[in-house]
Amino acid sequence: MPKRMTTTQKMWSAFLRNRTALIGGIIAVMILAVAIFAPWLAPYDPLRQDPYMRLAPSSVKHWLGTDDFGRDILSRIIWGSRVSLIIGISSVSLGMIAGTLLGLIAGYYRGKVGNLIMRGIDVLMCFPDLILAIAITAVLGANLGNLILTISIVMTPRFARLAHGIVLTLAEREYVLAAQAVGVRVPRILRRHIFPNILGELLVAATLWVGVAIRLEANLAFIGLGVQPPTPTWGNMIKQGVDVLINAPWISVYSGLSILITILSFNMLGDGVRDMTDPKLRGT
Amino acid sequence: MFQYSVRRILQSIPILFIVLTLVFVVVRVLPGDPAVAALGDYATKEAVDALRIKLGLNDPLWKQYLTFLWDLCHGDLGTSAITGYGVAAQVKKVLPHTLELTVFGIMFGYVFGIPLGISAGVKRNTFVDYFNRIFSLLGLSVPAFYLGILLILVFSIQFPLFPVVGAGEFSDLASNLRHLFLPSFTLGLLMTAYITRMTRSSILNALREDYVRTAQAKGLLERVVLYKHVLRNALIPIVALGGLYAIVLIGSSVMVEIVFSRPGLGKLMVGAIKQRDYITLQSVMVIYAIIVVIINLLTDLVYGLIDPRIKYR
Repeated sequence: MPKRMTTTQKMWSAFLRNRTALIGGIIAVMILAVAIFAPWLAPYDPLRQDPYMRLAPSSVKHWLGTDDFGRDILSRIIWGSRVSLIIGISSVSLGMIAGTLLGLIAGYYRGKVGNLIMRGIDVLMCFPDLILAIAITAVLGANLGNLILTISIVMTPRFARLAHGIVLTLAEREYVLAAQAVGVRVPRILRRHIFPNILGELLVAATLWVGVAIRLEANLAFIGLGVQPPTPTWGNMIKQGVDVLINAPWISVYSGLSILITILSFNMLGDGVRDMTDPKLRGT
Repeated sequence: MFQYSVRRILQSIPILFIVLTLVFVVVRVLPGDPAVAALGDYATKEAVDALRIKLGLNDPLWKQYLTFLWDLCHGDLGTSAITGYGVAAQVKKVLPHTLELTVFGIMFGYVFGIPLGISAGVKRNTFVDYFNRIFSLLGLSVPAFYLGILLILVFSIQFPLFPVVGAGEFSDLASNLRHLFLPSFTLGLLMTAYITRMTRSSILNALREDYVRTAQAKGLLERVVLYKHVLRNALIPIVALGGLYAIVLIGSSVMVEIVFSRPGLGKLMVGAIKQRDYITLQSVMVIYAIIVVIINLLTDLVYGLIDPRIKYR
């Protein structure tokens, strides 16, 4: 008789069998490693200028060429990964915490409080993500901390809606009703009975939305509302490259490719894991 | 249906009202004095004070708020302190460019996305399906401005087929369309990716329904099952989510306008932020919010039209 697997083992083996999730996960981990070990991986100082090597195409010395200050593109891309990942991951985490809390409260205390929260969420969702982000950045000013705050504000309504929707269905389940019937207090019901059941779906969404957050940051940087130069970010590198697009397209193309691959890896990971955990799609 | 429409239209009024209030508040808390921004840092105190009075900035906040709403009801978006132009006139000038861009993008997405999605859903796990999934994952991941830059590199620099800058004149249709092609193609590719993905999963869901099995079991032609049973039902989520993606696309249009230096609402907004032109910023945000509220309203109305169950809720 085969050994019985625990749930974690089952999930793990399903993950290894799901090619999309696996490839996405491997790439995401590699990009994370690049960001962490940037000082050791980058061949040059990302800020070092070399006036004799301006706009050099890719060569053995500079694999991805140089920009109009003679700075090494590869090194700048490697360092730039830090800004994207820090902003992407921390703003989604903050947005997830705030949004889930709001969604849980609104879903459980329907009536006045719940209504008020959800109408507030509706209002925030009246603006496309990017337009809301641009407006908030204009108020707060562009630096790393404010960008994290801005993007987490944009992410909060998404998580609130998601959590709210799931809670509405869970609140009618027998085990929740049973807990209410025996007099378990509301915070405990939310914590012990509802939260563990929505965590999976929230994490899948969070993985997908890290990509959205990274793209928002890149958009803001391209407009000039991101982390300011000379600190390299992928967005401000593309912006800088656009000015010399005809003569040195590699600056924009390679920086953009880094954004694309990063977002793609998070999307593949999130997509794959969702297919895995969605009971409707299982076994197909 | 009439009752439902009226109820739905009435529901969007309070939302719009709160949105307007929010925009008003956000613009008031922006750092910096708009009068100083307009006159420069070296303006005399008298000049700044005079402009503050002219702009109504010395009025109490509630009075500014009422003036803002009153003017808005009359289609008056105020006068920019920076450029001295009426904002309504400026918006009127650029709005058609933005609308033209996004409407073409959305149409492109539906025209190509629905057939692609259907073929992927019906021929699941074949080459067509894999191709579509890779295409839609790429579309979901690529930032609009990067896609725009790549298209410029190929179609304007490598093969100079289309102009890169501007929007052309509305009076000259050929030039207008030539300028419109690349930007709306950029948005269109993104929308196609969204719609393809959504259509595919919607078809897959519909294919699993009992009524489809019944239809197949009673021996209907595959084609009839597909068109009459699967597609009709798969259409509902496509309409519902299509509105959502249209809103995402409006966000992306800002980036496309900047990359292609196209006049439009997005370009106006970003310019206003850089010049600290608060009145223009406020108006553009209001216009965006109105567009989104209208899209949501239309989505719900069409939704009610194709899914009779919705109206009675």
